[in-house]
Amino acid sequence: MSTQSIFCFLISALMLSFTPAHAEKPVSGYDYLLPEMQEMQDDEFGNPGMIAVDAGAALFSKPGENNKSCASCHGDGGSKLDIKNIARYPVYSIELKKPMTLRGQILICQNERIGGPALEYASEKALQLEAFVRRLAVGETINVDVSGAMSPYYDAGKKLFHTRWGQVDIACHQCHDYHAGRTFRGQILSQGQSNGFPGYRYTAGKVVGTHERITGCLTNLRAEPYPIGSEEYINFEVYMNARSNGLQIETPGIRY
Amino acid sequence: MQLIHLFRLALLSLAILSVTPAFAADAESTPPPYYKWKIENYAINSPLNNLIGDAKRGQEIAGNQSRGNCLACHLLPIPEEQFFGNLGPPLTGIGSRQSVGMIRLHVVDQSRFNPETVMPGYYRPPSQLNRVAKELEGRTWLNAQEIEDVVAYLASLK
Ligand code: HEC
Ligand code: HEC
Repeated sequence: MSTQSIFCFLISALMLSFTPAHAEKPVSGYDYLLPEMQEMQDDEFGNPGMIAVDAGAALFSKPGENNKSCASCHGDGGSKLDIKNIARYPVYSIELKKPMTLRGQILICQNERIGGPALEYASEKALQLEAFVRRLAVGETINVDVSGAMSPYYDAGKKLFHTRWGQVDIACHQCHDYHAGRTFRGQILSQGQSNGFPGYRYTAGKVVGTHERITGCLTNLRAEPYPIGSEEYINFEVYMNARSNGLQIETPGIRY
Repeated sequence: MQLIHLFRLALLSLAILSVTPAFAADAESTPPPYYKWKIENYAINSPLNNLIGDAKRGQEIAGNQSRGNCLACHLLPIPEEQFFGNLGPPLTGIGSRQSVGMIRLHVVDQSRFNPETVMPGYYRPPSQLNRVAKELEGRTWLNAQEIEDVVAYLASLK
């Protein structure tokens, strides 16, 4: 055997031992947490993410400039919202001919239907409203439909998830599909699912949504992040929420 | 009760992560020149720009979270560092298993061994990287001297 082929053999042995099978079944980030973090998430009064949910609840019933509040249409505390539908986001907007995220939909209600004050996609208040609304569907099974008009956005998001980024030059799926369960400097890697978001990131000390969380990983990859609410992040979210299909909404999750 | 939890977690998080790179240090100046390298038989036999590595500095770079951060994925014999990862194989004793040239190729561009590798490319051509953070454009993660330092360190792990 030439040295060349001995190498090829050694290399393929390495690849086999360090590339676990592609994750087929979605597993929540919760399952990879330390027990004390799981406990904290489960404790409705001690979960620090509930601060954002409560702030969102206050905004939900606060009248906008034309004297209507979210609650005027959706009931006190969102009692008239269909929680099954909340678990379907992002959905395709026929009117706007593009995918609509939950936060995007909330912003249409806030900025147009109740007449403002207009909020930015990246604003804390928009995130708090999203946290409140998604919390209503806690325990609901994620069920994103990516057939038909949604499929090109799913494909675009999948491509982003499989793209190498930044100076570090690795792709999301390489860590989150192949290495879930392994340790990354003392942190246990999860599948990078989105079912806990908006959630409390204790390494950041605040509540973040899916877009903000993607920014976190892109920054760690020494890449230039996209703006919160950008087309790229919406495509990421379409793919990532669909990838979480079958998991339950945990907002506000407690996460690394 | 909750406060105690939060406190413990805060300590833990301080200890564990913040892989967030320290960009600022070299942000102002223009990127250093990029030195080409050549692969022969799965090795880069000549040091980048003929620089001489320093094993002591190499250990510091390999252990430091905002520099090489090799410990994020590999076990290294650095007893004062408590946290390491197991995404990659342990590097203890690597110097007696592999030639210096091969170690150099691992650190410069692991994808030459495994195209699907999760190990970062520390010295891949900057022109082949996608959407590098603005303040880091044109730069490799480690510069040529740092690569040689890390190589000298790994080669010393017998
Ligand atoms: C070098 C490894 C690595 C790469 C590459 C990576 N991540 Fe992560 N990611 C992590 C670590 C470590 C965490 C924190 C632990 C965990 O929850 O997995 C994390 C967490 C996440 C989470 C939170 C999951 C949860 O349940 O809390 C999401 C979402 C995520 N990543 C998305 C992405 C996306 C999108 C990309 C690509 C732009 C990406 N990641 C690339 C290492 C990586
Ligand atoms: C994000 C994870 C990650 C980081 C960070 C990382 N590596 Fe690796 N490394 C790997 C993996 C995984 C392998 C195994 C082969 C493969 O899959 O590419 C590897 C293989 C190696 C090998 C070959 C080992 C052998 O026995 O053949 C060397 C040498 C090496 N790495 C050195 C380093 C050095 C030095 C650093 C830091 C400057 C570093 N690595 C940072 C993941 C990483």
